[in-house]
Formats: sequence, C-alpha cells, structure tokens
Amino acid sequence: MKVLIPSALRSYTERSEAEASGSTLAAVLADLDRLYPGIRFRMIDEQNRIRPHIRFFVNGEQARDLGQALEATDKLMIVQALSGG
Amino acid sequence: MTLNIENPAAKTDGSRQTLLMVSTRKGAWFYYGDSARQTWRTDGPHFLGHIINHLLLDPRDGRTLLAAAKTGHLGPTIFRSTDFGRTWQEAAKPPAFATVADGSGGRAVDHTFWLTPGHADEPDVWYAGTSPQGLFRSEDGGVSWAPFSCINDDPQYRRWMGSVQDGTPDGPKLHSIIVDPRDAAHLYLAMSGGGVHESADGGRTFAPLIEGLEVVEGFAPEDAMFHDPHCVRLSPSNPDRLYQQNHCGIYRLDRPADQWRRIGRSMPAAVGDIGFPMVVHPRDADVAWVFPMDGTSVWPRTSPDGKPAVYGTRDGGETWQRLDAGLPGSQAWWTVKRQAMTADSRDPVGLYFGTTSGELWMSRDEGRQWECIATHLPEIYAVETAELA
Repeated sequence: MKVLIPSALRSYTERSEAEASGSTLAAVLADLDRLYPGIRFRMIDEQNRIRPHIRFFVNGEQARDLGQALEATDKLMIVQALSGG
Repeated sequence: MTLNIENPAAKTDGSRQTLLMVSTRKGAWFYYGDSARQTWRTDGPHFLGHIINHLLLDPRDGRTLLAAAKTGHLGPTIFRSTDFGRTWQEAAKPPAFATVADGSGGRAVDHTFWLTPGHADEPDVWYAGTSPQGLFRSEDGGVSWAPFSCINDDPQYRRWMGSVQDGTPDGPKLHSIIVDPRDAAHLYLAMSGGGVHESADGGRTFAPLIEGLEVVEGFAPEDAMFHDPHCVRLSPSNPDRLYQQNHCGIYRLDRPADQWRRIGRSMPAAVGDIGFPMVVHPRDADVAWVFPMDGTSVWPRTSPDGKPAVYGTRDGGETWQRLDAGLPGSQAWWTVKRQAMTADSRDPVGLYFGTTSGELWMSRDEGRQWECIATHLPEIYAVETAELA
C-alpha cells in the first residue's frame, strides 16, 4: 500500500511516499522497517506503543491500534504531531 | 540510516588541535581550535533540529564519534561516525528496555542522556545512561546496545530510581558512568535521583556509595532514593579521588574511604555550593572547578544574582577562588548544565562551558580569563573536548 512519510522520517526513505505491505498496521510498519532499517523504532517504542507525537491515519481516519486490519488498497499516512518550540 | 553532512570534517595540518563537541537542544556543532586555541573554526550544525544530549569522541581510537539523539516527534537513537561527522550511521539496535508481555506497564527509553567509552582494554565497549533511568552497554562500538547489569530490573534499584515524575523536569537521568582506568570491572554511576553507586565486579552488582552526602531537609539520608548527585568526576591523575556536585553541595571522596566530605562548605555563603557541572584538572587532583547556580527558594537555576562565575579550588576544596574575569558582571541569568563544562589536557589547561542561553565560553589559562567563542546557539546540553594530533 501507499504510505505517506512525514518530513521527520524522510532521512530514512529519501522520498515522501513509500510502498509497504501487510495485513495490519503493525505488519506494514514491520515491512517499512525491513525496507528502511531503524524507522519503526522512531515511531513505536520497545513496548509496542505508538510514540506520543506520532499519529497514523488510514484513509483519513486515525488508527490508534497497531492490530488494525488494513487492505492493500488503503492509504496510510504517518503524521508528526507536536506543538511547542 | 546515513545522514550526509555538508560541512567538511577537519583538515589537520599536522599541528595539534583542540576539538570542541557541543551538543544542544537543536543539533550539534564542532569547533576546531588552532594550536594556540586562539581561533576556532565552526563545523555545523549536525543533526539540525535533533535534541542531542551527548556527543563525544572515543579517546581510545581518536576517530569514533557517538551522538545520543532524538527529536520532538521521533524516538531516541544513537548515531555513529568515524569520519568526524562527514557521515553518520544510525545504531542498528539503540538502547531500549526489555519488552514486557503486556507492554502497558513496560518502560521505554525517552532519551539517552549520557555516553561513556569503556576501558582501554575493552576497545569496543561503551556505556549509556538513559531517561527513564537505565544502564546500557554496547560491545561493538555503539552499533548495538543491550540492557546491562541487574539494576534496570532490580526491585530495590527500581525503587531508588523512582518514576518518571521523580526526576528532573525532563525526566530522571542515569549519568556519570565512570570506568576506573586501572580496572575495567570497577564502575561508578549516579542517578538523579537515586544516589551514587559502585560496582567492583564489572556491573554484575552495584552498591550505594552515599555515606556523608546530605539530602533535602526532612528526608532520610540513609535512603538512596532521596539522593540527587548532579555530576560525579574521577580525578584523571588520581583515580582514588572522586569529586561530586550534588543537589545538596560539593563533595570529595578519597578511596578506599566511603565517606563523602562536603568541601562546598568553604564556598562564599552568598553564592552557595549548588550547581550542576564538576570538572577536575587532568594532571592535578587538587584542582577542580564548579559553576554555582541559584538553588534557593524556587530553584531559579540561574547564575546567583545574575553574575555568572566559575569557582576553582587548588587545594582539594579547602578554599575556592572566584574566576569571572571576562564574564558578564551583571544581568546574565544563564547557567551551565551538568555535561556542559569540561577541560582540555593542554598546559595550562583550557576550560570550556556552554550556557543555557546558547553561548560557548573558554579560558586558556585555567579560568583566570574568559572569552566567548560562540553566541546564539540553541540551549547547550553538553560540551566535550578532544585533542587531535
């Protein structure tokens, strides 16, 4: 599926879009990490929790559960969400 | 991940250079001094926008740099360079706590705060201290890291470490990891809060080393949980001597004794002996420097009365001298964090500190005269030096 990459993570992908596959959000992120080693840990901590200032949107709806099922035609958007200086 | 840095690394011409490595809230900068330490060439920013808590050069090989990094959005990692920052490679396995079955109660590293190269006989070993507090070790030069020692999961140490709410404003920190240069198995570390601890068996076990240290009034000094060592340094010329800047004063400990002595009592009362950094002379264990801050009332964490000064002792803390020539005489409300003051190994020793207001200061005569190298940097978290041949 198509994955939109925020600017903070483009040092890994070197582009704003990537292609990754998987039947759940967790699986897609694992595939992204296979393609771009290290990228997952910047978004997901060692307890498999989404980091505080990372958000995932699937077809425009926020996904809060790594177990959420995804379809190959879905569009995943990774968002860096933070306010402050 | 490899980051390509546009700024070139140092071009040495055979003369000796002092390298300053400056870590800030928004990236890292290198300053290359000439042989007289008169002029400084800037190389940076590296990792612009990253929070760099510590960056230093491995003194054992003179070429490996490690940087502890995170950003406002992204989780923590370690970057490694062997070409003075021309390229950086990310650690394959950054410091991380063990995953627990039900992750809801497990700890996650927020940031790596402190990096220490291992003993000279263990050339690929590094140690890291994190927030929340944890001790980690790499045996491959910083590429992969694993939890180290019993303390990360020991119930007693977990109690002393406290929770995220028990530490400094941006989290409790494990720091001041010290390897005895005579014995790779002899380690010290400090926890804010949680006290100073020592291992004689390579980290298999640790024990508190807090006798003589004071705690905030009303708390029990025999309980390590109430201790807040800000910075502990071992004297390079006498590894049996430790100095400590603590939340409750300046201390010295001469091993094998285990009773710290509050040498900050001889500081001027109007200045006090509260602060964060502690620096020891590379060749004279009686000489050390501190940077006092205002630790009264609500703990402003500014220079006392807006008049910044280094204080130095040349007799092991019996007496202290104010060293402020060249520093602002008034209305300067910055201070210096625990990793942001250091010394080089030249003669006379050069002293360096970075401020919370983003200024980099240096003295090439052991603190007698100060001058500003750089202004307008982001808040400075750490300053380290290295001598380049």
